[in-house]
Formats: sequence, C-alpha cells, structure tokens
Amino acid sequence: MDWQGQKLAEQLMQILLLAFAVVAFITGYFTASFQLMILTYFGGVILTTLVTVPNWPFYNRHPLKWLDSSEVEKHPKPQPSANSTSKKKPVKK
Amino acid sequence: MHSFGYRANALLTFAITILALMCAMASLSDNLNSPSPSAHVQVLNVNWFQKQPNGNDEVSMTMNISADLQSLFTWNTKQVFVFLAAEYETPKNSLNQISLWDGIIPSKEHAKFWIHTSNKYRFIDQGRNLRGKEFNLTMHWHVMPKTGKMFADKIVMPGYRLPEEYR
Repeated sequence: MDWQGQKLAEQLMQILLLAFAVVAFITGYFTASFQLMILTYFGGVILTTLVTVPNWPFYNRHPLKWLDSSEVEKHPKPQPSANSTSKKKPVKK
Repeated sequence: MHSFGYRANALLTFAITILALMCAMASLSDNLNSPSPSAHVQVLNVNWFQKQPNGNDEVSMTMNISADLQSLFTWNTKQVFVFLAAEYETPKNSLNQISLWDGIIPSKEHAKFWIHTSNKYRFIDQGRNLRGKEFNLTMHWHVMPKTGKMFADKIVMPGYRLPEEYR
C-alpha cells in the first residue's frame, strides 16, 4: 500500500465504522431490538475489515518512485572523512 | 497503516470504542422512558401467628399479588427483579423492612401478572411487636438493563394490619 492508499484506508475505516454505528443504533432503537443493533454493527465491522485491511489494488494507485538501480552507481555514497569520526559530541542530560 | 496487522489493530480498537459509545447511548435512551406501573396486594388469610421459642414473633400469610409492570420494559431491559416488602415501625427500629416474596420477570409479556402465594420468605420480627401492628406492603423493583444504568423504584401500599392475638 502506498502513502495515499494508507490515508485512504484510514479515512474509509473511520467513516465506514461510524456510519455503520449510526445505522445500527437507529435500526435497533426503532425496532426495539438490542440484538439487531449488535448484529447490524458487527456485520458492518466485518464489511469494513474486508474493505480496508487487505492490500487491494486501488490502494496502490500512487506508487512510490524508487530510484533506478543504474542511478545508484552514478552517485556513490559519500565516504566518512577521518576527522569527522573522531569527534563525538557529548550527550547533554 | 503500513501493514495488515497495523490496520487490523487500528480497526478493531476503533470498532470497540464505538461499541462502548453505542452502549452508553442505549443506556441514556432509557431515561426517555416514563413508566406507569401499578400494583395491588390482597392479604387473603393469616395462616398462623406465633411467638417463637427465642422470643421473636413470626407470621405466615397468604396473599394475592397482582401488578402491571409492562411499561418498565425498554429495548435495553434484560429483566426486572421485583420483590414485596412488609414495612412497619417498632420502638426499637424506626423502619423494619422484610422481604416476603420476590421474582424475576424476564420479558414484557410476563410483566402483567397475578399470583396467589404464601410468603416465600419468613416474616419474623426482632422482638414481640407484631400484635395488632399496622404495616405497609411495598412493591420494589429493579429494572436491570442489557447495558448501563439500573433503575429502582417502588409503590407503597399502606393500610394492612396484623391480628391482635396470636393464633
């Protein structure tokens, strides 16, 4: 899942759970059935799990652009100099 | 939200928090209910009225107990616990309360009832004060919810009197 997909998954999860909670409460209240409220809500939780938890393709529409491996060789990692490794700043408590 | 476990955990935590909020709202909705219960007790017969060897009075009686507690039930009610108590005053105690009968009402259909019974629990005084005693019969109930706050209330029925002499 890419970054945009993660944000989408989190938003979807929150909105879906809240919406199912409201629907479940209203259904339970007006049919005077506590059990119906719990069952409706639980069904909603399962549905939300199926939508937001697995790594569906639509969460990967903005994939990260990883650097091409041929570019890595053109820009070698900088070597640490002899001076910089001997200096160590004391940690202030 | 980068892994399966991370998302599943976040979802489950949020879902359970919302469930707790829904249960709190269900309990609050009980306050919207304005019940109108009624009850009536008729003492048919005082079976016996004795002084026990240890000096305390005891009485046994047969009663008709009828009540309509249907308006107490809401969608969030699990059961109603009801009991009938005899209440009277003695020189030693300003208030004596003795439970004579109790029952559990599991649903609204059972809440309108009429029973003919002798007292389920023994009516024993702390002393010998019961001859000619005037007492109230009070029906108490506890409405037990499926989630949340329990409500308790009562109906006081005054005007009952025990016999003047032992029998």
